[in-house]
Amino acid sequence: MIPAQFDYVEATSVADAIRLLAEHGDEAKLLAGGHSLIPLMKLRLVTPATLIDVTHIKELSYIKEDGNNIVIGALTRHRDVEQSELVKKHLPLVAHVAGEVGDPQVRNRGTIGGSLVHGDPAADLPAAALATGATMVIAGQNGERRIAAQDFFVDFLETAVQPGEILIAIEFPKHTNAGWAYEKFVRRAMDYAIVGVALQLGTKPGVALVNMSNKPHLAESASQAIAKGAAIGDVLAVINDNTNPPEDLNATVEYRQHLARVLTQRAFATASK
Amino acid sequence: MSLVGARVLRKEDPNLITGNGQFVDDLQPTGCTSMVFVRSTEAHAKIRSIDTAEALALPGVLAVWTSANIAQLANCPGGLPGLDQPLLAKDVVRFVGEGVAVVVATDRYIAADAAELIIVDYEPLPAVASLSAAMAPGAVVLHEVLGGNTVHFQDFENPLDDVFAAAPRTASLHIVNNRCAPTPIEPNVCLADWGRSGLTLWAAFQAPHHLRNTIAQYFGIPQDSTRVVAPDVGGGFGAKINFVPEFFLTALLSKEVGRPVKYTQTRSECLVAMLHGRAQEHDASIAFDNDGRILALKLTVTQDQGAYPNGTGMGLPVLTTAMAAGCYRIPAVAISWRNVVTNTTPVAAYRGAGRPEASYTIERLIDLIADETGVDPVEVRRRNFIPVDAFPYATHSPLAMYDSGNFAGALDELLKYVKYDELKKEQEKRRQDPAAKLLGIGFASWLEIAGFGPPGSLEAFGHLASWESAQVRIQPDGSAIIFTGASPHGQGTVTTYAQIAADELGIDFDRISVKHGDTAVVPQGIGTMGSRAVAVGGEGVKTASGRVYENAKRIAAHLLEASAEDIIIEDEKFFVKGTPARSVPWSEVAWKSFQPLELPGGMEPGALDSTVFQQVPNFSFPSGAYCCVVEIDRETGAVNIVNMYLVDDCGTVINPLLVEGQVHGGVAQGIAQALFEHMLYDPSGVPRTSTLMDYLVPAASDLPGYVTGRTNTPNPSNTLGAKGVGESGSVGAPPAVVNAVVDALSHLGVKHIDMPVTPIKVWNILEGAK
Ligand SMILES: Cc1cc2nc3c(=O)[nH]c(=O)nc-3n(C[C@H](O)[C@H](O)[C@H](O)COP(=O)(O)OP(=O)(O)OC[C@H]3O[C@@H](n4cnc5c(N)ncnc54)[C@H](O)[C@@H]3O)c2cc1C
Repeated sequence: MIPAQFDYVEATSVADAIRLLAEHGDEAKLLAGGHSLIPLMKLRLVTPATLIDVTHIKELSYIKEDGNNIVIGALTRHRDVEQSELVKKHLPLVAHVAGEVGDPQVRNRGTIGGSLVHGDPAADLPAAALATGATMVIAGQNGERRIAAQDFFVDFLETAVQPGEILIAIEFPKHTNAGWAYEKFVRRAMDYAIVGVALQLGTKPGVALVNMSNKPHLAESASQAIAKGAAIGDVLAVINDNTNPPEDLNATVEYRQHLARVLTQRAFATASK
Repeated sequence: MSLVGARVLRKEDPNLITGNGQFVDDLQPTGCTSMVFVRSTEAHAKIRSIDTAEALALPGVLAVWTSANIAQLANCPGGLPGLDQPLLAKDVVRFVGEGVAVVVATDRYIAADAAELIIVDYEPLPAVASLSAAMAPGAVVLHEVLGGNTVHFQDFENPLDDVFAAAPRTASLHIVNNRCAPTPIEPNVCLADWGRSGLTLWAAFQAPHHLRNTIAQYFGIPQDSTRVVAPDVGGGFGAKINFVPEFFLTALLSKEVGRPVKYTQTRSECLVAMLHGRAQEHDASIAFDNDGRILALKLTVTQDQGAYPNGTGMGLPVLTTAMAAGCYRIPAVAISWRNVVTNTTPVAAYRGAGRPEASYTIERLIDLIADETGVDPVEVRRRNFIPVDAFPYATHSPLAMYDSGNFAGALDELLKYVKYDELKKEQEKRRQDPAAKLLGIGFASWLEIAGFGPPGSLEAFGHLASWESAQVRIQPDGSAIIFTGASPHGQGTVTTYAQIAADELGIDFDRISVKHGDTAVVPQGIGTMGSRAVAVGGEGVKTASGRVYENAKRIAAHLLEASAEDIIIEDEKFFVKGTPARSVPWSEVAWKSFQPLELPGGMEPGALDSTVFQQVPNFSFPSGAYCCVVEIDRETGAVNIVNMYLVDDCGTVINPLLVEGQVHGGVAQGIAQALFEHMLYDPSGVPRTSTLMDYLVPAASDLPGYVTGRTNTPNPSNTLGAKGVGESGSVGAPPAVVNAVVDALSHLGVKHIDMPVTPIKVWNILEGAK
């Protein structure tokens, strides 16, 4: 619970952050809300030589409308996403999911970018990004690149963000007036999901599962079935396709798959209302 | 107006809620250094070697110690001779979390870095991480002197075979009382400063005088220059009455490096190094007739002591078996117990300490009788209660002489809140509707033993005595200071004692302070544990205040030229009954009490200062009736508490606000044990719940609202009539919750579910029933 020694530097802009990342190399880590990184450092599971604090880059904390998209800056806190009128109107699933993360302290510190880059299969916001078909905007020494959420999550705690890069924004296609639901099964209100289901209906539907694989998981067959207007039974029949749920004190593989079916069914009932 | 019984706000809170409390970790004396442990990662292993060279070379490191540095020193006090835990593991480690080495450095970060550099070479040994593994034939032996893993076995005096053979009906349960980690908000913290004028140890502790006596004895130093201070303490739950190696190590190292040494346990360490609670298994059988009347009870308690049995841990099964019969008149009771060592964290007192285990088992058995006979669980309780006119009631145990109670009365009171018949109909209706959540109603009529205790009771746990000290000192301006040996750590004792004293002295509540926790300030003391602070310590405050008041009256009478018998007090003014015009204020009485020329004949200055070592003739017996209503999600197995009704009988209530606080907190811990918390080990002795991500301490959002009610049968062992309430909730809640869950599932043939009742356990049962 006592982190190893590290240096601390503050980045003042995106360009500055990229410069500092290049300067400090592999041993450096960006520090956003710190709510995933600092616990790992306290357990000495990660020991970065340098923390590059990006929380002072004001230009990365915003929520704006851009044509058919809502764009959220990577450093926007969960609480701001949860409360935003724009997000509530066009992406009610995302606003709701942001409000389901941890407890108020966590939501007031944690950032959407940090949650996505951390790539935890048990986290909530990655599922919302997958279900809504978000696109990540990443900046590096060679400029900006865009990558779809479903290609962004690579493996356990591993995303497409490469050393030297920073996630700067997330572009969400609007899902105005479409059905949605988020089902999160927990033992304590503040916990990570034992299993979660994020469901977005409408013209570009998607369903994503929390804690059902080694990475945030888009249920592709189920999403396609929904797009084709399949009956709920047919969606449930494929919801666990390609999942690889972990086994832990709270759940076996079998129980997790059962929960995924139950929660998907409930999500449908809620979303179709 | 009497303050006893009033909803007075806590004197403690303005400091605590504005961040002005002072905990040990807040202290930062000049030159303060930091100690960090290297703890065993192995459950059972020989230590081949410890390489400390790199750690010692790190700049800022002042000392690195292993057992080699303290080879001549005795093991940690509080254990059983020959089985006690060394301050640092010698040759062998016996549980994950046992201290192997310590580093002292100029700051905590350097100390932690140095600890990382220490290389311990272990030769793993087979480990036993459960009772069954430890008792299996051929199991590895933890302590060679024992020859096995059983520390102590107390057999039945009479196993009652004939009674059980002749009984119309019998039933049995094997019950696991899950191991819990106490997890106070403040972990173990201590700070030692051993200089020329002696040793001062600040410690987050529940019994500072007990620690002072022990540490002075351990080091062979006089008590006059050994000072222990427990400042604000952030919860203890019994875990902070145990002596732990850090107290002795920080002291020794302070002497060694010539600077103060502080140790602040981390949250992760706290889960494995602070002593655990519960960890019992019960084999219980009950004999009864077709009407649900109990004929006999037979109970064997197997207590997991962890790797190093200690005095309180050994006492747990004694308390459990003493209270085995609960609120019931049981004609024949047979008890037996066994203490077993395993490669796990040592086990000791944890809120309730032995009594929650007792009430849980007897209350589960009562519901089992209901289930077997078809008699309603409420009715089974009624048919077996000890009646009001049977007190004092001698039980099977010489420890438990029940002195008061009204168990049927508490249940009647409870049923005023619970719409039992409606709930039962609703339960039936829901069972027929596959889409509905299942409903369960669980009762617990519980009884515990508290107010520790009569002479000899705490001595058995290594304490100096069982009284509690109270000194009431009037200041020259007529304000009062109370010094108490009880060492509160969240209970609100400063407030309740001031209430008691205000009534006895006729001094304003706002002009009474209560001091505690410092052996240099409080004459002598025992401590806060076993729900004794009001029943023993508060009674002492009353006694001492009464003595001071009698002397004050004599002084007032002298000044008013009247007889002391005729003096009464109102609004801090003494006057002669019937002539309110002529009065003398408390402040004047106080002032003159120090002036020999103003005193009545025969009285010395200082007469308004009284110290009492309050004794009580018996334990106290708080009791109550709880009801829990749960809903179970048939698809996920999730259990949700819909309602929790709580009727407590703690005798006289000093402050209803604080009683409710204690009940809420205790019930929260009881619900935690029933639904959430379980300290688990894998078969090799590695803890599986070593962070708060896995060891699920519930938060406010996970707990229901409570409906609280009260009955009152005064405690006959003190004049206050108060019984104590600190542990009640943790005694009553677990059986109420689990009885509700079992009730919800009883139509599926479910007779018992071990705690904690997790969603997956319930789901497996529901699946199995399909
Ligand atoms: C008690 C507690 C409970 C929690 N409960 C939940 C929960 O229920 N559900 C849930 O989903 N999460 C939960 N979390 C995690 C929380 O949501 C974190 O805030 C979030 O996962 C990480 O965001 P952050 O801003 O704190 O990132 P940090 O911890 O600062 O960073 C996380 C990682 O991302 C990297 N990083 C951060 N920002 C960027 C960027 N812009 N570009 C590139 N890399 C970046 C960092 O270098 C680091 O590796 C909980 C956390 C705590 C402490």
